[in-house]
Amino acid sequence: MDFTPIFENYQLYLEGFWTTAKLVSWALAIGFVMSVPLAIMRTSKNPLINGPVWAFTYFFRGTPLLVQMFLMYYGLGQQQFMIELSQTYEFLQDAYWYALAAFTLNTAAYTTEIIRGAIEGTPYGEVEAARACGMSRSLTYRRVILPSAFRRALPAYSNEVIFMLHGSAIASVITIVDLLGAARIVASRYYNPFEAFIAVGFFYFCITFALIGGFKWLENRWFAHLRPREQTATKRVRQPA
Amino acid sequence: MKKLISAVFATALALGAAQADAKDWKKVRIGVEGAYPPFSSVTADGKLVGFDIDIANALCEQMKVECQLVTQDWDGIIPALLARKYDAIIASMSITEERKKKVDFTNKYYQTPAKFVRKKGSGIEITKEGLKGKTVGVQRATIHDNFVTEVYGDEVEVKRYGSQDEAYLDMGAGRVDLLLADSVALDDGFLKTDSGKDFEFVGPDFTDPQYFGQGAGIAIRKGEDELQQMLNAAIDAIRANGVYKSIQDKYFNFNVYGS
Repeated sequence: MDFTPIFENYQLYLEGFWTTAKLVSWALAIGFVMSVPLAIMRTSKNPLINGPVWAFTYFFRGTPLLVQMFLMYYGLGQQQFMIELSQTYEFLQDAYWYALAAFTLNTAAYTTEIIRGAIEGTPYGEVEAARACGMSRSLTYRRVILPSAFRRALPAYSNEVIFMLHGSAIASVITIVDLLGAARIVASRYYNPFEAFIAVGFFYFCITFALIGGFKWLENRWFAHLRPREQTATKRVRQPA
Repeated sequence: MKKLISAVFATALALGAAQADAKDWKKVRIGVEGAYPPFSSVTADGKLVGFDIDIANALCEQMKVECQLVTQDWDGIIPALLARKYDAIIASMSITEERKKKVDFTNKYYQTPAKFVRKKGSGIEITKEGLKGKTVGVQRATIHDNFVTEVYGDEVEVKRYGSQDEAYLDMGAGRVDLLLADSVALDDGFLKTDSGKDFEFVGPDFTDPQYFGQGAGIAIRKGEDELQQMLNAAIDAIRANGVYKSIQDKYFNFNVYGS
């Protein structure tokens, strides 16, 4: 066991970390923004609105993320029009955007279904009460359905975020030097796969735990009204992660 | 945690030691890549073909041992040898000082130079100036990767692929400006194919032994001296009895062994 190559190449890992962080945060951010309207459409009873979204989530949840990324990068990239397009728009030659597109659509599909479930789980009494107060449909969504749906979706969504982080490791397959990509370069240069991948596993581990900590904090805040009263009054002792 | 980790390693070591008993080499498992035409590739019906494959079979016949070919992705091919997934690597692996730290090599069984490929009409020249800002596709963990990273690392962006085939795909899609690889692999695997018709060689033949080693040899685990001698003797034998030449002529119209 010799970890010196890891320390000597810490910069490579650091760059890899930034690439992973950017890729995952953008994919999650865009995916989330997409998923809210999609989830509302998905709850519609009109098959013309509901159907396309169903097909979208069905496809992206039914196929592996790696396949989706290959379809984007190698599949689309071989088409003549994409070759010509990428001569004009040079950013299209960069593998980063293909991975981002695949990750975004994938996480959008999962998040849509998570939020749809949460919306459909809204107690009907809350909706009726809102109607009775004279709220319009959109106001009901804004003030009643969505806030409570987001709360209910949070535990499942935190899982999705962590899956996305771990799933992002496949970006290294299409030449992107993300965290795993950095590890693969080190492993192949020094023939030390054990050390290189233990180190990268440790980094993913740290990020995952930071994320879990963040979501724990958020859950504590958002579910404050559900906790027994005495626990809210006295400062609650944090459970170790 | 610490205890758990050391327990895991102790078990791993014990397993390794148990398999390290002396062998009399009735059966040799050989690691090949299977994605590096014309040296090694998989046909549509799943059969391994290529120069490396034929050489491997000829050597086994010469050594009178039973051979089992195992395909393995390139960037894990040395770790898998060390993990005893097979006993020798016949996969166009160049004999370099770096690799010698981990494995032993036989004598070379062929030697061909490395070359750059560019798109016809792109006018890219292989100089530090001409390469500035260009993207070069290489296969990860190859001599070509090391060479371009160390010599032109400041000028070019290096894109690393798991297999040579993936690099060809991206060259065809215009995502890399240049490829650096073995000249024969580039010629037969890419330039002579339909997708490679718009591309051409550029620049000199690279053979600097500091980067490109002493030709392609067969890698074996350190300390397997008996197997090394058997393989060296077999290489000499098929060179002498004409089997090597007949395999060479099947794939190439020039002397692939080098001087």
